[in-house]
Amino acid sequence: MSTLEIKGLWASVGEKEILKGIDLTVRSGEVHAVMGPNGAGKSTLSGVVMGMPGYDVTAGSVTLDGEDMLSMPTWQRAVAGLHLIMQYPTEVPGVMLDDVLVEALKSRERSSDGLEQLLRDEADRIGFDNQLLQRPLNVDLSGGEKKRNETLQLAVLAPKIAILDELDSGLDIDALRACARRVEAMSNESVGDSEPLGVLAITHYSRLLHELKPDFVHILAQGHIVKSGGPELAVQLETDGYATFAGTAEASAESSSALDDLFSI
Amino acid sequence: MSAFSPDAVREFAQTWLPMRLAAAERFAIAPLPTPGEEIWRYSRIDQLDLDRFSPAECVTDVAMGGSRDSAGALLVEDEPELFANETPDVYAELNRAFMSPTVIRVPAGMTIAEPIIVTHSISGSGTAVFPRLVIDAGPDSEVTVVERFVAAPDTDGDEALVVPVLQVRAQQAARVKYLAVNEVGINTWQVGNQQAVGERDSTTLLATVTLGGDYVRARTEARLSGQGASTKQVALYFAGGTQMHDFRTIQDHDAPNTNSDLLFKGAVQDHAASVYTGLIKIRKHANGTTAFQTNRNLTLSEGAWAESVPNLDIETNEVKCSHASTIGPIDDEQRFYLESRGVRPEVAERLVVLGFFEEVISQLPAGAIADDLRTRVANKLDLVKQPEKALA
Repeated sequence: MSTLEIKGLWASVGEKEILKGIDLTVRSGEVHAVMGPNGAGKSTLSGVVMGMPGYDVTAGSVTLDGEDMLSMPTWQRAVAGLHLIMQYPTEVPGVMLDDVLVEALKSRERSSDGLEQLLRDEADRIGFDNQLLQRPLNVDLSGGEKKRNETLQLAVLAPKIAILDELDSGLDIDALRACARRVEAMSNESVGDSEPLGVLAITHYSRLLHELKPDFVHILAQGHIVKSGGPELAVQLETDGYATFAGTAEASAESSSALDDLFSI
Repeated sequence: MSAFSPDAVREFAQTWLPMRLAAAERFAIAPLPTPGEEIWRYSRIDQLDLDRFSPAECVTDVAMGGSRDSAGALLVEDEPELFANETPDVYAELNRAFMSPTVIRVPAGMTIAEPIIVTHSISGSGTAVFPRLVIDAGPDSEVTVVERFVAAPDTDGDEALVVPVLQVRAQQAARVKYLAVNEVGINTWQVGNQQAVGERDSTTLLATVTLGGDYVRARTEARLSGQGASTKQVALYFAGGTQMHDFRTIQDHDAPNTNSDLLFKGAVQDHAASVYTGLIKIRKHANGTTAFQTNRNLTLSEGAWAESVPNLDIETNEVKCSHASTIGPIDDEQRFYLESRGVRPEVAERLVVLGFFEEVISQLPAGAIADDLRTRVANKLDLVKQPEKALA
């Protein structure tokens, strides 16, 4: 059983506090959805956990199975078992997917024997055109293809915990279904002696959650988790919107500062 | 007496003596260039001390895929008109005086499937060599030539001077692909000139890869002299230590409906420097022309610098023309993306730099050498970035 534990996490961009005390625990096989309006700090949360440049952690801790993630460089966090699916996967001209995966496996002291076949199998499973395996990373891929590519990497690297930053943005409904179902399956199945995947799915809309069934839903607003609950919370959101929950955030929460957050991220 | 005087020419050569002497006489009275001149701006040309060198015959090997006979006796050395190119600077003049020529003439209609490999071994200890490669591709012919500049065995650290000249003529509908690979020694200076003329409906590729040398300059000029001619110029350069790589490019549209494209990509690390200045010149009668020019530079260390200066000189309106130029470090987002997959930082950097160059490498003729080049670029990066590991 693996556990990602985020405790009292505060983080800022420049002078601006974005996260103001986040507590979250994700275990193997659990799917947690973190939902919130634009500017709530969703992308900051994923970026801070993975060590993206540009964020300062001012308080709190992030551990994976007791190991301090915040003191590790990004690549070691990945090797330890964290994986980030980016909202906008970066185009890396001239760098091939399989070259990156070979190096990523090497860092984990895992063999890349059979990688080619595994890539083809996983690509077929999520409807990723095999020809696209020969492209430089994300270059000239559509939104849906990029997210399929991200999901493919997740499946090959098989981390302990996956952080999905808006997996559902910029892709069509078929791609969304294919990616979400693959992640759902990984969260349910143990491969070999490994635990099923723990998932922290960060999303604005609930449509992702129709395929990727959350066990827990957390609402993030103004840098706080203002409410946690079961899947019913996502249903409530769908009818009531975020406004219902915004009031429970700190009194100073105004839409203008939410917009500021958005632009400063 | 200068080592490069007309008298020195008399001692040096028997062939084409009048042409050589005339050139040496012009050189003797011409002022040496300085960085004060625009075309030499940013260069180190004022640090070139010719007195440290003496002329020598260039050691050149020519290899062809098939036997020479089957290729139709392509290598000839004959009439001096062959060498009647323009002389853009005094160093090209000096080449005319002391040249060691190689001539490749491809008869009309002939396609040479295998690349012709011309290798100049530069031996050090103060020698100056003046290789001149002439490629004359007859109408509707096709040829690929790779010209390699390498340090002779065990001379890598010696001082040497290389002053090459390349003349390419692509006659009507000819297809010429040329690649220069520079891997000369670390104390070698190179001051080169490349000139290509594309006649009607011809296609010419001029490619350059520069990894070696102390100061390496190439002035590379593609003139489109016939309607429907196309040229492409590409280059990969990677300077480390205190190296300087210096490129001056010219795309000269001298006929209507001509197309030129240019992609130069470079990287600098440590205290190295690079210069790119490019000119697109579109003459009055060159209507219906397209011309593109892109120069991109990676600065991999704080102490390294790169300069990029694009210029346009357009005398007619009916053209499509663009240029782009960038200088900057490795993209943080690309680095983070790879590291977030668990790729080690130094490996991520290597992948990004190789990826940056891949756009050029994939366009080089003679694909067989591409893998070798990727390795050499990677080694150069690793050697300097991780000296401890390289020694271990």
